[in-house]
Amino acid sequence: MTESSDKDLVERLRAGDEAAFAELIDRYGAMMLRVAQMYVRDRATAEEVVQETWLAVLNGIDRFEGRSSLKTWLFRILTNRAKTRGEREGRMVPFSSLAGADEGDQPAVDPDRFLGPDSRAPGAWAAPPRAWPQDKLLERETLGVIRMAIEELPEAQREVIRLRDIEGWTPMEVTDALEITDGNQRVLLHRARSKVRAALEMYFDPDLAGGAP
Amino acid sequence: MSLFVREIPCQELVELVTAYFDGSLSRSERRRFRAHIRGCDHCTTYVEQMREVIEATGTLTEEDIDPVAREELMEAFRGWKAGR
Repeated sequence: MTESSDKDLVERLRAGDEAAFAELIDRYGAMMLRVAQMYVRDRATAEEVVQETWLAVLNGIDRFEGRSSLKTWLFRILTNRAKTRGEREGRMVPFSSLAGADEGDQPAVDPDRFLGPDSRAPGAWAAPPRAWPQDKLLERETLGVIRMAIEELPEAQREVIRLRDIEGWTPMEVTDALEITDGNQRVLLHRARSKVRAALEMYFDPDLAGGAP
Repeated sequence: MSLFVREIPCQELVELVTAYFDGSLSRSERRRFRAHIRGCDHCTTYVEQMREVIEATGTLTEEDIDPVAREELMEAFRGWKAGR
């Protein structure tokens, strides 16, 4: 299936083309709901926010000038609305605690895997990683491990890895849509990827990953 | 350039991988990162694993929009169109 360009979609929306609208909601609808859910209390509210967003998009479509991509514009409207709703509900914004106050300082790799400060080479690998079997990487079971690891991430990390690595968004698209800094999206992504790597290592190399006594 | 460029320990290198991939390390950091990788098989393996994580994650697909929610949105679209 080929994706229509922004310009094409916008023109068709202006003309009231239902297929263009369907294409857009199929492309972004599920992700929009997930993003909205980060900010508001329940799914029903998130669905309302998504619906309001689409209406705002349609009502504003004549004014859309294409200075940002349609996707960026869409998610910016969504995030703003979801944030406002969440604040009204008194809900903590997920990205407000970014430096990780809620999660503490999380190293990418268990510190026990490295030599300590008094060793000959502080910070060098003590229990280094071993290459993974290439033929197993894309097996269904391996992908299941990854999916599970992503499910278990704190929500801000989970949504950022989804956008970056599953949906293939650029760093800039993520920072624009979620209104977070470039540094923040990278920290979240790094933690998320590091945990997925750790989960895969646990799967391929359990004695190594579980090395700490 | 200083003669005493500090080497990045493995434990620090693993924290720079995402920034390295995104091209957001400073030039000197990037140089030290690459120099470290060239001389360290373990970190080479680690970076390779991070690439594999990204590649494998990229093959996952998101679930589709819920059909009921989809139909509601299509209704909303028709309403918008009618009132236009």
